[in-house]
Amino acid sequence: MVSLAATFGRGAMTNHWRDIRHADLILINGANPAEAHPVGFQWMMRAKLDRGAKMIHADPRFTRTSAVADKYLRIRTGTDVAYFGGLINHVLRNNLYHDEYVRMATNAAFVVAEGYSFDEGMFNGFDPQRKTYNAAEWAYETGPDGFVVLDIDHPRSVLNLMRAHYNRYTPEMVERITGIPRTDFEEVAKLVGETGKPDKVMTIVYAVGLTHHTTGVQLIRSGALLQLLLGNMGRPGGGMNAERGHANIQGNTDHAISWDILPGYLRIPAPGQQNIDDYLARSASKKLRPNSLNFFGENYRKFLVSLLKTWYGESARADNDFAFHHLPKPAADASWLSIFDAALRGRMEGLMLSGMTATSIGPDSNQVLQALSNLKWLCVMDSYATTSSEFWRAPGIEPSNVQTEVLLLPATHWIEKDGSFTNSGRWVQWKEQVLPPEGEARHDHWMLAEAFMRVRTLYERDGGTYPSPVLQLTMPYRDPRRPELDEIAQEINGRDLGTGQRLATFAALKDDGTTTSGDWIYCGHYPESGNLAKRRDGIQDPARNDPTGMGFYPNWAWSWPLNRRVLYNRASADPAGKPWDPTRPGIAWDGAKWTGDVPDYPATANPADQASPLPFIMTSEGMGRLFSNGVADGPFPEHYEPVESPVDNPLHPHQSATPVAHIYLPDRFGSRREFPYVATSYRLTEHEHYVTQHVDQLVALQPEAFVEVPAELAREKGIATGDAVRVSSKRGKLEVRAVVTSRLGPLTIDGKKVYQIGIPIHWGFVGINTGQHWLANALTPFVGDASSRTPEFKAFLVNIEKL
Amino acid sequence: MEITPGTAYGFFTDTSVCIGCKACEVACKSWNLLEGNPPAFGDGYDNTGRLDAQNWRAVQFHDNVPDNPAVTGQGKAWLMMSDVCKHCQHASCMEVCPTNAIIRTEFDSVFIQPDVCNGCRNCISACPYGVIEQDEHSRVAQKCTLCYDRLQGGMEPACAKACPTQSIQFGPLDELRERASRRLDTLHAQGVPQAQLYGHDDSVYGGLNAFFLLMDEPEKYRLPDAANAVLPSRHNKRGYLTTLATAALAVLGGLIALRRRRARDDDS
Repeated sequence: MVSLAATFGRGAMTNHWRDIRHADLILINGANPAEAHPVGFQWMMRAKLDRGAKMIHADPRFTRTSAVADKYLRIRTGTDVAYFGGLINHVLRNNLYHDEYVRMATNAAFVVAEGYSFDEGMFNGFDPQRKTYNAAEWAYETGPDGFVVLDIDHPRSVLNLMRAHYNRYTPEMVERITGIPRTDFEEVAKLVGETGKPDKVMTIVYAVGLTHHTTGVQLIRSGALLQLLLGNMGRPGGGMNAERGHANIQGNTDHAISWDILPGYLRIPAPGQQNIDDYLARSASKKLRPNSLNFFGENYRKFLVSLLKTWYGESARADNDFAFHHLPKPAADASWLSIFDAALRGRMEGLMLSGMTATSIGPDSNQVLQALSNLKWLCVMDSYATTSSEFWRAPGIEPSNVQTEVLLLPATHWIEKDGSFTNSGRWVQWKEQVLPPEGEARHDHWMLAEAFMRVRTLYERDGGTYPSPVLQLTMPYRDPRRPELDEIAQEINGRDLGTGQRLATFAALKDDGTTTSGDWIYCGHYPESGNLAKRRDGIQDPARNDPTGMGFYPNWAWSWPLNRRVLYNRASADPAGKPWDPTRPGIAWDGAKWTGDVPDYPATANPADQASPLPFIMTSEGMGRLFSNGVADGPFPEHYEPVESPVDNPLHPHQSATPVAHIYLPDRFGSRREFPYVATSYRLTEHEHYVTQHVDQLVALQPEAFVEVPAELAREKGIATGDAVRVSSKRGKLEVRAVVTSRLGPLTIDGKKVYQIGIPIHWGFVGINTGQHWLANALTPFVGDASSRTPEFKAFLVNIEKL
Repeated sequence: MEITPGTAYGFFTDTSVCIGCKACEVACKSWNLLEGNPPAFGDGYDNTGRLDAQNWRAVQFHDNVPDNPAVTGQGKAWLMMSDVCKHCQHASCMEVCPTNAIIRTEFDSVFIQPDVCNGCRNCISACPYGVIEQDEHSRVAQKCTLCYDRLQGGMEPACAKACPTQSIQFGPLDELRERASRRLDTLHAQGVPQAQLYGHDDSVYGGLNAFFLLMDEPEKYRLPDAANAVLPSRHNKRGYLTTLATAALAVLGGLIALRRRRARDDDS
């Protein structure tokens, strides 16, 4: 999500599931939608069956998605930057980009400030002590008016720097890095290049196969750059479509599951920020062009103040800077890796887990188990026993040696409560409670509310170092210990404090303390007319419910922002406001207003008016960013090897991996000699993460842990399907069955034969049929991406032996 | 879809778009309250193995993926096919059932009435597709009912409802056959010559109400081809003629033997 925000301004799937049926070409990378998203996959199949769309699947494994794709390319895991880079090079070198679109909607013509350099795998601005880049050094040239200088022919224009950067990604280089034969790559490049025409649209579909790398953010960004060049962003059938890992991950992200943001993607304050002005100076973007709307940056204060009013109510006043001082200003990050690193080092007493099982999901499980053993107490809120609540009896652990006090609080399952799910396409869909809670189970948010109220009582009675944030937090519910999700939804939406009415749009939010909103992007989903997430005007009457015929179904649930179905849709129309492709319009200018989807643009801004805003309203440039300083590891994506890799980077062997990955435990990486095979971890369609080990029908479909072994390697080692094998990395081992297949074959990487081994993740030591399995993540490395700190689950080194 | 008694219904299973997700298996078991067999590792992808009393839909996987760095998928490199009772027009199970437990319903499906079945197992050995098995506890022969109870309630079968890619399509047979031939034309036009329909006409057991679009020869999916897919009791003229000829020869032989004996008797 970091990469999309850094490129387009918002961190979410740009289009929506149903929209994929409008595509002419579907590139699938780092994803296996037929298995991980079978229901959403129907729209890719519709594109194929109804429009004759072509589906290209580049993946380390031939999966159930490849089985129905037009072309499958075996790609070495983690090398998609080289693949996309090769496509970018093909498009630039042959001038296949959508020129009018690129000039209208991207920062191609922006001139980059002097000092920018890229040499031997290193960008300018590197601090070797701290091992970070100073991204501020990747800046634009500003003119005397204070705005960025535009000149697409300037040697340092973004477009020209991009040409120079990507001309190294020749088809030969792509083959050396990825293993995709040059002829096959060129065949795909030809198809991709054709979508730079206004009447063709390509979509890129991806998932955590791109995210779970130390270069994850750049893997995604390289696809985004390609889409901007081809003019496929903002258009129905186009976009960068991130498929989220379960029903409500997008909702989690929106409401700040990640440590670095507050709800609605406001940045977490940093140490030293004394007041809102300090905070805004560091967080809110400033206009870089006179007619850039810079909507987020310009309205940051309204969104923050409305959030503070929601949280601290009467205690947030203009004269105390709306209680800004109550917000935490963490000096260290609280990413997943850092939390468990702290526990491992004995710097954490207790941990509460909800909605996941840390033992299974984190990299380097043996270290995670050790981290949990170092705690004084662990509280797990779940509807089932999990590998976390039972971690003390994991294989290799002697229960009597574990001193951690473990509490399992029975939580309700999602079918036992109402509330909303936000899907990948940003649709907020309300659901009803199906069953009453079983036994003593309580909702997670009730348990947290109860714990909070008890802590508050302690502060009231005994005082404390800084009691105000706890004492002043609003709990505006009928029963503060048992808030209804409906009440919380209303609170998130926000109100006008003058009238007491719920707001219909975030445009009504104010920075003077007269409005509230718990998450500005959700403002408008629950106006006075009712909960719009409950709407269900769908395919029962397409003529009425889908007036444009484009499948927007505006009265089906509600999507953020403002019920817009395709983000950045101003770019779906040409400079004059006419859709690039009249058969697939996003929005169109009718002479007085924009019609079609909810416009991602001022509704009555006349495109003929020179003063009208630039198309990407969320960025300070007003444009999609081909060059961006919103990421920590370079303004242009560059191919780096995984931290554990079988080869040196053919582009710059002396800077093989990214110089800015977050490495916590430097002695837990293996060598090529000891661990000669590449491995990648993944899910299978039959299970969802770890929780379905409690579902008998699914356990029967996929009863036992296995690894997939390339047929050629299996012959070499005398391994047959069903044999027991041991797969080991520097960090741990798995002893499971082998499935021998040609679906994972050998690759030729820079002249060297490389095998990839596939590791499905679903098993452990808790569930119906799991026995005493080690966890798949026992093998994976504890290292994170420079921007997002996402671990490198998808590329590491192992060895395999027959048992 | 309106479901009316008196119309012939069935499944068109288009294997070219099957993604092997097994939603059909789960939906079938959930609706029909099938317990399933104890979990057992098969080959990693197919862990169901076959159709039987507990599995009325089972997805077959046939991995023919070549060891190449670039492959055309298109539903033919890794064959996936959701197998099911074929609801044959010439249903051998019906023919051999001694209690008339197996009937053809008002929806033209083949249905085993559990309260009439005596557990003799004749149908199990007679079924050329091996779809029937006896339930361990009730001792009744079981297989796909085309969700007879759902059809009576105006609902399509559970598997078709759950299939996310419309690989399993339910509907009136006429309509399904039309759809299938259009789909076949499209695939042929897209350069997939090996795509073929199976059981859409009367060449296989008089026609299958659950017919298939296959991406390879029927044998690859463990299905008998048209030459072999005939009941021994019907449409087997050569069989009848041979029997007739054998009988005639036997009578003739008998007569000759009789005359010889008479002659011998006369001699003595």
